Amino acid sequence: MKHKNKGKMIVRALPAYIILALLSVIMLFPFVWMISSSLKDVTQIYQLKLFPERPTLENYRYILFSTSTKFPQWFLNSLIVAVCTTASVLFFDSLVGYTLAKFRFPGKKIIFLLIISTLMIPTEMLVIPWYAMIRALKWVNTYWAIMFPGMISAFGVFLMRQFMSTIPDDLIDAARVDGLGELRIFITVVLPLVAPALATLAIFNFIGNWNAFLWPLIAASKPKMFTLPVGLANFSGEAGSDWHYIMTGAAVAMAPLILVFLVFQKQIVKGIAMTGLKG
Amino acid sequence: MTLSAKRSLTAYLFLALPLVFFLCVRLGPMLYMFAMSFTDWGLLRKTVKFIGFDNYHAIFKDPVFLQALGNTFRYAVFGAPLVILLSLAIALLLDSIPRGKGFFRLIYVLPYITPVVAVSWVWRWMYQQPPLGVINGILGWLGLPAGEFLNSPTQALPSILAVNVWVEMGYCTTIFLAGLQTIPKEISEAAKIDGASDRQVLRRITLPLLMPITFFLMVMEGIQFLRIFTQVYNMSMQAMGGPLNSTKSAALYIYQKAFTNFEMARAASASVVLFVIIMAVTILQIRFFDKRVNY
Repeated sequence: MKHKNKGKMIVRALPAYIILALLSVIMLFPFVWMISSSLKDVTQIYQLKLFPERPTLENYRYILFSTSTKFPQWFLNSLIVAVCTTASVLFFDSLVGYTLAKFRFPGKKIIFLLIISTLMIPTEMLVIPWYAMIRALKWVNTYWAIMFPGMISAFGVFLMRQFMSTIPDDLIDAARVDGLGELRIFITVVLPLVAPALATLAIFNFIGNWNAFLWPLIAASKPKMFTLPVGLANFSGEAGSDWHYIMTGAAVAMAPLILVFLVFQKQIVKGIAMTGLKG
Repeated sequence: MTLSAKRSLTAYLFLALPLVFFLCVRLGPMLYMFAMSFTDWGLLRKTVKFIGFDNYHAIFKDPVFLQALGNTFRYAVFGAPLVILLSLAIALLLDSIPRGKGFFRLIYVLPYITPVVAVSWVWRWMYQQPPLGVINGILGWLGLPAGEFLNSPTQALPSILAVNVWVEMGYCTTIFLAGLQTIPKEISEAAKIDGASDRQVLRRITLPLLMPITFFLMVMEGIQFLRIFTQVYNMSMQAMGGPLNSTKSAALYIYQKAFTNFEMARAASASVVLFVIIMAVTILQIRFFDKRVNY
């Protein structure tokens, strides 16, 4: 009975399937076109053909290995920035979330509100004072200058506090009775319990930092220090009509994210449903 | 020392560095920005003089700033509702199909997680004039006239807006779908047994229950569109917000004032204006929806 019902439901949903499939084409077409263009050489790039007649990997060789572009360096920069900020966010956000969820001390509420209120400040408003700051402190064109605003995230604090409050107090007290230090308890007892939340936070933070544009654009003026999005914007702006190179660069910038996305799709979709990832 | 005092001390110790961070990297710079918007601050200037509201007078006399503000409103007023309506429709469709929800949702989310810079350049390539641009190629193939898209002062803003709608749709659809899945199926089934049509169920049950999520997304997307920067920077010629400033957003105006013209104080006052607008829109939306949301 139930089985028959399902078959009937699929038939009834046929119009919905058709609309959703057409929509999928629109959603995916730009990616397909990007890859198609990246496989064309300069003589084919202006032909509007989905499948290139003579597909070539020459553009990828140029973008990744020629000395006239800095894509490998930018790739490395983005990786360093995304990994370091994510590691820092994981440690500090969970530490602050844990403290706010599990400790009782005067001023707790005010501190929480203070941190949460910073979520309302748009980045556009902060980049100018940040720039004055990195100039005064001589940080311009360093990794630290690109990374420092993202070392702790107020949103992550909020998220981790929610998760930390589900940990039973007895567990922490038992560890205290066993004579463990507070930092030890946090690292060996608490952190493993919130591993799924940490994974979500890590993925989101990595994606957010990999894609960040406005601040890295301002913090780095030397091409050697560009992150991948800034490098790509700069390269494309100068490439003029070399669209086959621009599309290849775009494909290279997207590749790691699509990989992360395919591997962690479940966590990402769950994370979006909880939150949203762009700060 | 008592036990609770010791615990408090531990807590303060754990919070010390993060608090310094939030004060020095978030709240401090914001207050600094407010203060500097009332001065003649410039990067090369040694001393700073208080000049009252002069910067605000100046930017509100600047036709480019007024145009950027107008454009920013246009992005938000057309963009946010469009994303939400489309995503709601898609989420309802997805919710109605018995199989393959996850598969479709995966496809729709893809634009949201890819770098905006890369996506912007792909669209810029697709928007090119004939015979280069694939969109114009398709229009020609369908027998429709070619569009000027990013080259036209009237079409450029909608063209950029469309890309942002394409990006944000996956996010809103995912949240709507998650919301739909929390609505117990028993409610709509009971209504159907009582003789309600699909449309009535949608209007009387599903949509009202989705109101809180719709409100949340309106605020989030409103802010997202008010802050639009990367798309405009990458999709306009020389990152100028053209043609003829027709796509320039407030955020791009601030960036140019500060980092192309080095008029820091003017940029500061413009960013205070943008901040106030974002706050005002958020509060307005909260008020408007508070009256209409029935739990």
